[in-house]
Amino acid sequence: MSAMSAGRYWGRIAAVAALALGLACKREERRFNATYPSAPAYASVTLDTLQPGVPSPELTVKSPAEGNAYDIAQGKLLFAQWNCTGCHSHGGGGMGPPLMDNEWIYGSSPENIVATIVEGRPNGMPSFRNRITANQLWQLAAYVRSMAGLEAKGPSPGRNDEMQYKVDEQRTPFRTPRASSSKTLPAKSQRP
Amino acid sequence: MTWAGSIFDTAGSPAERIARLAWFLIIVSAVTYLLVLAATGIAMRRARVRRTQGELADTRPETGKRLTRNVAIATTLTTLILLVYVSATALTGKAIAWPLNAQQPLTIEVTGHQWWWQFRYRDSLPSNWLTTSNELHIPVGRPVRVILLSNDVIHSFWIPELHGKQDLIPGHRNTMWIKADRPGVWKARCAEFCGHQHAKMAFDVVAESPAQFAQWYVRQLASALPPTDSSAKHGYDVFVQRTCIMCHSINGTEAGSNVGPELTHIASRPSLAAGSLPNTRVNLTRWILNPQLIKPGVRMPPNALSPADMTALLDYLETLK
Repeated sequence: MSAMSAGRYWGRIAAVAALALGLACKREERRFNATYPSAPAYASVTLDTLQPGVPSPELTVKSPAEGNAYDIAQGKLLFAQWNCTGCHSHGGGGMGPPLMDNEWIYGSSPENIVATIVEGRPNGMPSFRNRITANQLWQLAAYVRSMAGLEAKGPSPGRNDEMQYKVDEQRTPFRTPRASSSKTLPAKSQRP
Repeated sequence: MTWAGSIFDTAGSPAERIARLAWFLIIVSAVTYLLVLAATGIAMRRARVRRTQGELADTRPETGKRLTRNVAIATTLTTLILLVYVSATALTGKAIAWPLNAQQPLTIEVTGHQWWWQFRYRDSLPSNWLTTSNELHIPVGRPVRVILLSNDVIHSFWIPELHGKQDLIPGHRNTMWIKADRPGVWKARCAEFCGHQHAKMAFDVVAESPAQFAQWYVRQLASALPPTDSSAKHGYDVFVQRTCIMCHSINGTEAGSNVGPELTHIASRPSLAAGSLPNTRVNLTRWILNPQLIKPGVRMPPNALSPADMTALLDYLETLK
């Protein structure tokens, strides 16, 4: 490599590094104290496009949590803490419908999902009216959509620790070692 | 020697041993440091005197032998001191890790949450199990087995007056033994960075006589009484029909969620929001209306309550003694 090309080489590296530094400066804002649109805004969402006469203009509420990694992650936390998993499992469904497929009984848009949580739905979905603040509703909706791939999946991946077949050794409960521990292992053929 | 929140202001035997070790290390290191400084000073001064008098460097073989011997002695001494350090540290560690000759220890499970503390007192009788938040009471003179757990990230449990720091690790049980030798009220905090509000993750420690502790325990075990006056009754309705019920529990009521701190006896606690605020009516109002202004990032959301609902809710919470 001649002196000239070495200079150009290092120049390019510097340019790439500067670009990377510039990109690294863009940090997502965590809106702790934002006021998100509340009840009246989503309560008037029309669930059906079929209307007599001239259809009224569709009301659209832009989800403030959309695309915000912090909000999606918070939504996931609330989803687990408030026992949504009790019926919907981790998106796979159980007593309640699965949320990770692309079949939506009551609509897939953020405002539809928020309305479903607030109003409740027949056959089991409870109404959380007055129980969940607007910000948390949008966060939950963003996470529910992320399970179906309608939102970025990155911020809250579905591979939870508790869902792993084999958990990390440091996460297993403490056990006193036993002298004949080899006998308690399953037969080799049964192990994964 | 006493100053607030100091590891030298010891109130229990593990902390005493640690403080003794600390003083030993500090004093021996300080003396060694001063000796090294003095030797360096003397050597520099000698060299300067020699240079100003135009003397040549001392190259006699016996001088070289003497210097080699001095270096060997100093190295040996240093190694010995370091060995003593290591042994003293290991012995102290062993002494405080071992159960303090425990007769009927008290077992408390500590769970770290972002950003508050949960204490569960264990007993052979399950009906005596007690859960409190952000307030730890221990009886003086009785060894306490502290089991450290975490709900989310790594936290660290630190009561400077009673013991060193110990981590709370998700999915792992850590154990430590503490014992208060004198009554006192201390502030303890999280000692491992655990997110936005790590700085506001403190709790109150109260060491009291066994009789006082037993009294406190019985009071805390009691369920909340149903509200009597009309405002408190309305406040109860607000609590169980609005956002509060999603995360908080009050024993003896419909509220049973374990996401946030339990509030059965919130009015008896000295502070709010994990040691962030003194427990007053004004602070509680500010906290409920918008916790994000006081502790940005905290899991509790802002609550838009009407002034009437707010007053009633506060009236109800104040009955939870």
